[in-house]
Amino acid sequence: MTAALRRVWGLMYRHLALYRRSWPRLLELAYWPVLQMCIWGFTATFLAQRMGDAAIAAGLLLGGVLLWEVALRSQMGVAISFLEELWSRNLGHVFVSPLRPWEMVAALIGMSVIRLVIGVAPAIALAWALYAFNLFALGPVLVLFFANLMVMGWWVALGVVALILRHGAGAEALAWSVLFGLTPISAVFYPVAVLPVWVQPLALALPAAHVFEGMRAILLHGTLPWPHLAAAIGLNAAWMGAAILVFARQFRAARERGALLNVGE
Amino acid sequence: MRGRSSLGAGRVRAYAPRMDAIRVHDLTKRYRETLAVDAISFAVAPGQTVGLLGGNGAGKTTTIALLLGLLIPTAGSIHVLGHDMARDRFAALARMNFSSPYVALPARISVRENLRVYGHLYNVPRLEARIGELAAELDLTEFLDRPAGQLSAGQKTRVALAKSLINRPDVLLLDEPTASLDPDSADLVRGWLERYRAESGCAILLASHNMAEVERLCTQVLMLKKGRIVDRGSPDELLARYGREDLEEVFLDIARNRRQAEPVA
Repeated sequence: MTAALRRVWGLMYRHLALYRRSWPRLLELAYWPVLQMCIWGFTATFLAQRMGDAAIAAGLLLGGVLLWEVALRSQMGVAISFLEELWSRNLGHVFVSPLRPWEMVAALIGMSVIRLVIGVAPAIALAWALYAFNLFALGPVLVLFFANLMVMGWWVALGVVALILRHGAGAEALAWSVLFGLTPISAVFYPVAVLPVWVQPLALALPAAHVFEGMRAILLHGTLPWPHLAAAIGLNAAWMGAAILVFARQFRAARERGALLNVGE
Repeated sequence: MRGRSSLGAGRVRAYAPRMDAIRVHDLTKRYRETLAVDAISFAVAPGQTVGLLGGNGAGKTTTIALLLGLLIPTAGSIHVLGHDMARDRFAALARMNFSSPYVALPARISVRENLRVYGHLYNVPRLEARIGELAAELDLTEFLDRPAGQLSAGQKTRVALAKSLINRPDVLLLDEPTASLDPDSADLVRGWLERYRAESGCAILLASHNMAEVERLCTQVLMLKKGRIVDRGSPDELLARYGREDLEEVFLDIARNRRQAEPVA
């Protein structure tokens, strides 16, 4: 293992050791996705009884819930793992070790993937067991949907971490709330066309809106949504580039202001 | 004191022995209107322990943070082990370490897991053996599998010391390493530090309010006041210059402007 990979593993090991000793943390990972799945599953069942095509109604709602959880959990995975360092007042030791800032981000992303699997897999299984909804029926393109929503979660989280570096613990509530705030314009449960005309460009600037338009294209028309996928990938690249820039500037600014000494306060 | 220990075992110096381990030139740190560190210059040779003495707000912790790269200087230069910290700080950080009672280690994971985390971050070879050596030397063996947060203040200080020695550092920065320790524990920590320095040739920069500690450990003392080095010398030189019996009186003379040093011949 190279020194860089070992440093990334070192920070991931710290979080894995924490989860091994804290069942409430493990439970919390799956709690919200499963709860969301239950609420929306029963809502979908109710709506399906009133509408003509139960399978499509359930698919649109449950597919939206499960895929949106991918973005939410991926964002929280990065942001909360960073907050764990802040809460334990350990950042001083981490930042004076040879761990590069990008290795820290890589470790946080690694933890985000692990948290995502632990959090979303039970919800996917529950959707299949309770409501006979198989997310994998979307086909191999599901991998691209997952990847795009995960990357969107990461760049949003990188922005949140940058804000925490800038504003300290006062910004930590954003770790939970920021992506929820984007839900209305992410077209999770309805098409972008439903939104007011002036909101639609904002929605189409988010990769998530293209992923969910793509999901609906498959479920409703059986067509593969390549233009939407291309847009999602391009937008993710642009947003990730911007988030990296913001993070790098805030990290340097924090070193200039002395914020790394008391970032938890 | 015991015979030869394993604190500095296996360490191979990787720089010219005549080179200063730390060289600071005209180092300045300004926060808007506040001048925290004002054009200080000093050097620490391998095998030397230099004390930073000064009241609260004198600039001790800021100086250490600058040396560790947690802060970016407003002006001046820092070279550690031949590396310019402005350009190449990670190469130096891999061979440095740091301990402070004010920067915690993750409380919910065990002592062994904490040491593993930092062993990975510092790319320590034969990590489990190194953890065993340090645990034996610092009397931590029976606590290795207990959560770090459940230890007493003295035990936590020993764990922090083990963390700071995990990579057999060439440069060790210590911010009040014996604060909050009882006299017995503090004496043991000082003994370990003396032994590590003697066995390894490590350069130590020590910020402390404990004058007895500074007199015992330090070969040179830098007296800081309002960010400036107002006097320097070996403990004996300072005592002679101020005509005092102990460093506490010298400290008070400087802090309260009570008495000027005798002119140096």
